[in-house]
Amino acid sequence: MADSASLSGPAPAASASRSAGLARTFRRSETLRGYALLSPTLLVMALAMAAPTAMTVALSFFIQTGFEIEATFSLQNYQKVFTNPIFEALFYRTLWISGTCALATVLIAYPMAYYVAFHVHRRKLVWVILMTLPFWTSYLLRVFAWKVVLGYNGAINSGLMSLGLISEPLEFLLYSPEAVIITLAHAWAAFAILPIYVSLEKIDKSLLEAAADLGDGPMARFFRVTLPLSMPGVVAALFLIFIPTFGDFVTPALVGGPDGLMLANIVQKLFGKLNDWPLGSALSISMMAVVTCLCLAILWLSRKAKERLI
Amino acid sequence: MAGDDSYLRIERVTKRFGAVVAVDAVDISIGAGEFFSLLGPSGCGKTTLLRMLAGFETPDEGEVYIDGQPVSGQPPHLRPTNMVFQNYAIFPHLNVARNVAYGLRKEKLPRQEEDRRVEEALEMVKLGGYGDRRSNELSGGQRQRVALARALIRRPKVLLLDEPLGALDKKLREDMQIELRQLQQSLGITFVFVTHDQEEAMTLSDRIAVMADGRALQVASPKEVYNRPTSITVADFIGQMNFFEARVSETAGEEAVLDAAGFGRMRAKLGGAALQPGASIVAALRPEKLTLSPARSDGAANAVEGVLEAAAYLGDRSHFHVRVAGLERPVAVAAQDWAVGGGDGLDEGAPVWLTWDNDSVILLESERR
Repeated sequence: MADSASLSGPAPAASASRSAGLARTFRRSETLRGYALLSPTLLVMALAMAAPTAMTVALSFFIQTGFEIEATFSLQNYQKVFTNPIFEALFYRTLWISGTCALATVLIAYPMAYYVAFHVHRRKLVWVILMTLPFWTSYLLRVFAWKVVLGYNGAINSGLMSLGLISEPLEFLLYSPEAVIITLAHAWAAFAILPIYVSLEKIDKSLLEAAADLGDGPMARFFRVTLPLSMPGVVAALFLIFIPTFGDFVTPALVGGPDGLMLANIVQKLFGKLNDWPLGSALSISMMAVVTCLCLAILWLSRKAKERLI
Repeated sequence: MAGDDSYLRIERVTKRFGAVVAVDAVDISIGAGEFFSLLGPSGCGKTTLLRMLAGFETPDEGEVYIDGQPVSGQPPHLRPTNMVFQNYAIFPHLNVARNVAYGLRKEKLPRQEEDRRVEEALEMVKLGGYGDRRSNELSGGQRQRVALARALIRRPKVLLLDEPLGALDKKLREDMQIELRQLQQSLGITFVFVTHDQEEAMTLSDRIAVMADGRALQVASPKEVYNRPTSITVADFIGQMNFFEARVSETAGEEAVLDAAGFGRMRAKLGGAALQPGASIVAALRPEKLTLSPARSDGAANAVEGVLEAAAYLGDRSHFHVRVAGLERPVAVAAQDWAVGGGDGLDEGAPVWLTWDNDSVILLESERR
């Protein structure tokens, strides 16, 4: 303490001892130091995340009249969100698309992650980097690439036609919910592979040997040891894909067509051409609440499953 | 397997990893209900050999027979063996009872019967009532017991143990050794135990295979391995040993007279060894077979004079180093008493006499060391 007091030089004794006291409190308190380290992030979060969210919440209780937003408290936006049959239909479709996409991506990603974790022994990092390769191109570019693959004159249709398997292009490939699922699954694959890979990599190989020693063949070993121990990675992957794809609007706008439209497209329109910001806000907040509830439900289920296992 | 009562037979088994020969033409026969140890320094191939018994590795040459059946083609999950792993490999997502019950799946027991078997196995390793514990709530010794119960519940023909006591502290290890031995005797299961700790191997085993560089150098009872080692490597690895280069000068009946540097003439029992006069050999002497005294005593077959160079008091015994003229290294002597020859013990630098019997001398073939 002595040197910090002497650093403040010829300042009055009282203020010197007070600043030394503050310095001491700061040094002693781990919580304070922790917040100091967090402060840049906290600042960004407050400005870019908490403030807009608070504004959106506030906005959702206001009323749009013509071109004006009336700042009177009202629940009518939420009433519209939960009673409009179009929203309801879009909600189920969005749930179906992002849910299927999350499941499909995890199912595809699991074998890849498994292969690298258990069967690659050298240069694992190279494999991991290769798996993130799709992320080296822009998101839009990847979506357009799928347009080229799935389109009317696209790679799949012309390929099948030149093989003589079909006589005219398959029209359902592009501009459908399935097209959205395929595109999203590809775009988010790395987000599924990485957490699953990490959780598989952590599994002690002697546990698998112990399972074999105790009479389990390869399938039983997988379902009784590998899968349960990699569940944290699987659940993380499900969240990492389900949450962002639930609010995606770029992919459905480009490859979804009218049948592949999702809730977020309506939000975008409400804030744009339809010019009803309060309703758009109410819709976004509701989506957020629903996603939170769904995630909590998944967490609760996986915890229950774990307990039953024990 | 006619005419062969060995229960577990390892027949000229060889395993290579690239250019390294991990296990080199090992031949071992283990009887039913025997407590058998594979003893050797790390890298001697003992764990590889054990893993071949469990089925985690396949021999490049040779065959393993368990109860008369060749098992080389059998994957681990179909073998009548179970293993206690070095790190215990307790399943972290299962509690103690589920861990122990893990291997009962194929028996498809009713729940009650399964619970009874689990509790029985836990009681056997003195963990009765621990079934609901999470695996991360266990101490090292408890994990070891769970691993043991989990392996034994399947009633294996052979239990394989890969340095199971290595991670435990000394006191616990000694208690577990006694328990393990009692358990093995009451169950009558054949145990194959891998260890690098010679004391542990001697305490537990009916027989020991001393391994080095992938080969089984000597397979014998602890007593025989200690008192009648067949090679310098074995003699050096088990306990402490003094080695002296010597030449056979004459043989008469059961006795040989050696000409050893620093000792002059040394009398040794031949013990069935056929030695020609003039042959170069190594004479080995255990430190505790040497008697240290301040003056020459009569009666012993061999005696030599030296100077006490160092003395260490260890409580239950004392260690001395005696410098003998003409020898490169001092002779190690162990005695129960500190006060050799009465009084408060000898001072360092005092002249002393070493005496020993002719049957304490172990005659070994000289080899490159």
